[in-house]
Amino acid sequence: MSEGGVPGVPGGPKVGVDQWVAEAEERREARTGLTGAVARAWERVPPPGRLALLLGPFAIFPFVTNEGNLFRYGLITIVYALLAIGLNVVVGFAGLLDLGYVAFFGFGAYLYGIMASGHSGHHLEAEIAIPIVVVSTSLLGLLLGLTSRRLLGDYLAIVTLFFLQAFVIFVNNANGGLSDFSYPFVGRVDLTGGSNGLDQIDPLNFFGYHLTTTRQYYFYTLISLAVVMTMLYFVNASRTGRAWRALREDPLAAEAMSIPVNRLKLLAFMFGAGTAGFTGTIFGAVQSGAFPGDYDVGLLITIYAIVILGGLGSIGGVVVGALLINGAPELLRSSSNARFLFYGVILLALLIAMRPWYRTVVVLLGTVAFGFVLHLIVGALWSRGTAGHIDGGGALGRALEHWVLLPTHPGRIAGWAYFGLIVAALVLTLVHGWWRTIALIPTLYLASFVWENKLVEQVSGATRLILLGALLVVIMNVRPSGIFGTARVEIA
Amino acid sequence: MPLLELRDVSKAFGGLQVIDHLSLHVDEGEIVSVIGPNGAGKTTVFNLVTGIFHPDSGEIVFEGDDVSGLAPHAITNRGIARTFQTLRLFLNMTVLENVMAATYGHTSATVVESMLQLPRARREERQIRKVAQEKLAFFGQRLAGYRHDQPAYSLSYANRRRLEIARAMATNARLLLLDEPAAGMNPNETHEITELIGRLREQAGYSILVIEHDMHVVEGISDRVIALDHGVKIAEGSFDEVATHPLVIEAYLGVRAEAEPL
Repeated sequence: MSEGGVPGVPGGPKVGVDQWVAEAEERREARTGLTGAVARAWERVPPPGRLALLLGPFAIFPFVTNEGNLFRYGLITIVYALLAIGLNVVVGFAGLLDLGYVAFFGFGAYLYGIMASGHSGHHLEAEIAIPIVVVSTSLLGLLLGLTSRRLLGDYLAIVTLFFLQAFVIFVNNANGGLSDFSYPFVGRVDLTGGSNGLDQIDPLNFFGYHLTTTRQYYFYTLISLAVVMTMLYFVNASRTGRAWRALREDPLAAEAMSIPVNRLKLLAFMFGAGTAGFTGTIFGAVQSGAFPGDYDVGLLITIYAIVILGGLGSIGGVVVGALLINGAPELLRSSSNARFLFYGVILLALLIAMRPWYRTVVVLLGTVAFGFVLHLIVGALWSRGTAGHIDGGGALGRALEHWVLLPTHPGRIAGWAYFGLIVAALVLTLVHGWWRTIALIPTLYLASFVWENKLVEQVSGATRLILLGALLVVIMNVRPSGIFGTARVEIA
Repeated sequence: MPLLELRDVSKAFGGLQVIDHLSLHVDEGEIVSVIGPNGAGKTTVFNLVTGIFHPDSGEIVFEGDDVSGLAPHAITNRGIARTFQTLRLFLNMTVLENVMAATYGHTSATVVESMLQLPRARREERQIRKVAQEKLAFFGQRLAGYRHDQPAYSLSYANRRRLEIARAMATNARLLLLDEPAAGMNPNETHEITELIGRLREQAGYSILVIEHDMHVVEGISDRVIALDHGVKIAEGSFDEVATHPLVIEAYLGVRAEAEPL
């Protein structure tokens, strides 16, 4: 039947035939413009090249920065990426909503601390301690998995969240105090140091070689990340990875197609837990301590944000996600960086989201013209309104002084403008077509007025978090399935 | 000895007796159709055979072993694979991956072997790919090579049905259970699927148990037809015998008013 094309048109697919439909779909789905070109180029790079492209910048980073920055931006980002990779197996591959994940991270740090620290008095070498930690965390994962493997979706989330809370309460209290549990054989012992944390954890010590500087830890963690990513890439392409993805798609069909769903769920749990435990040893050693507050819901949300932002099920995505989530708030601490980002995000959002292109031009030119005209009018009528100055900011800052209104004591005005901005943003969602385009012009101007007069002063505090939130909203709107994620169909 | 035999199987959901002392069998190399009105218990038979439900009483014997009570994946590994009436593909995986995933039961590379890319794992992976391509090749142009790397959701409805059959074939099953393979297909495609089911037996050597509503398909493929109503077997035999059986006509059309005693 597929031969039933138009007679007299030899060669090439015919309208309506399978192949024609497929090609038409392909054309429709192909991404256009810059993002499409980048995506296609990325897909052409062979896997080892992709790994090098993702991690190469990390390898150069220690040589261009100082110890403090290396720890804050570099090491923590990689630790987050490692954690996110483990979580990605559980959530992204196997589709299990595990909210207790961070407990395994903490468990790894504490267990390493118990085996090697001044606090406990044992000093096991890392090459022995790390395998023990990885195996025990995996077994703990198995245990949690066994008790909750019959649970689906939300129920699993509740049980695992409870597990995390139980873990935090346990480490907060297992300090050998009077109210503590008396263990068999050893009696009351100070396991975790309670709320003060388990201190004096040994640095990692491989066959007598101690990791001491941040740089050494950084490279050790970076290599670990590369190894874990490579291994996971292979697992993902293997029968196990396929089975994980199949059970995420449809557990019943997977089971009917000879995949032992329960066993694979447990395997995913163990895999994730083991990765988290391993990362815990690094984190414990580099901080030379394990503290209950580090392993709480806050970290869990951060790791989830990384996984979702990077794209569920994407191995490379977590690196970019970790970089954004950990790096962006730090970069935003300085007001000139934050200013560039603020205007950059607006410009980018306009370029990406506005269709057709001439509306973007209208909005941009309109906003610029609106600003200068308003500045002239206000400058003539009310001199205080333009008397302020922008601190720093270079050429962009000086240019902005002629454009945006800068009252000398902006406090109350800026407050009202902030309120007005929120109202304007809400109004924007209600109007459509050209009305929205026109309404966008004063709204954008108002936004930059609020930014320069109010938010920029508080940039190291709340503002950067607001800005980060806005950035995430923009990214998730542009790529709902994450930066590296592929669009998924839930029901078709 | 029949390949698959249900001996006196019953299943109730609460107070509703869905399958009531049902016995049936499928011989090696046979194509058996199960027909019956909606709610007759046809799909429940499939769910019982594949282990999704367990029978309350009775035995399900495959190749001489009682398989009732085994987990679904274990039953599939014994050699029974099914398709679903409401398609259940792995929509976000590629066409080829859908078929490759179904080879899980008869492959053996462990996580560690795949992680380290040991030679055995790589060899097996190549083998899996080859098997999957072979299974898809059975469907000729319909699931041709250029489709292999497309996500399953991009397939047309008829092609999804074909892919489900390919996926079931990849489990190395000997008996295929096809749940309404022609549902939602146009007359051309229905004709094609009738041909395909014939080829599944002649060329690939499968025994087939099929649920179907389209009587043209049933007539075209069946060696034997079994009619169910309210979980009870009401007729069995050749298509002509069953189609003219008074109980079957009654189940589908009801009893004539004048035939009812006053």
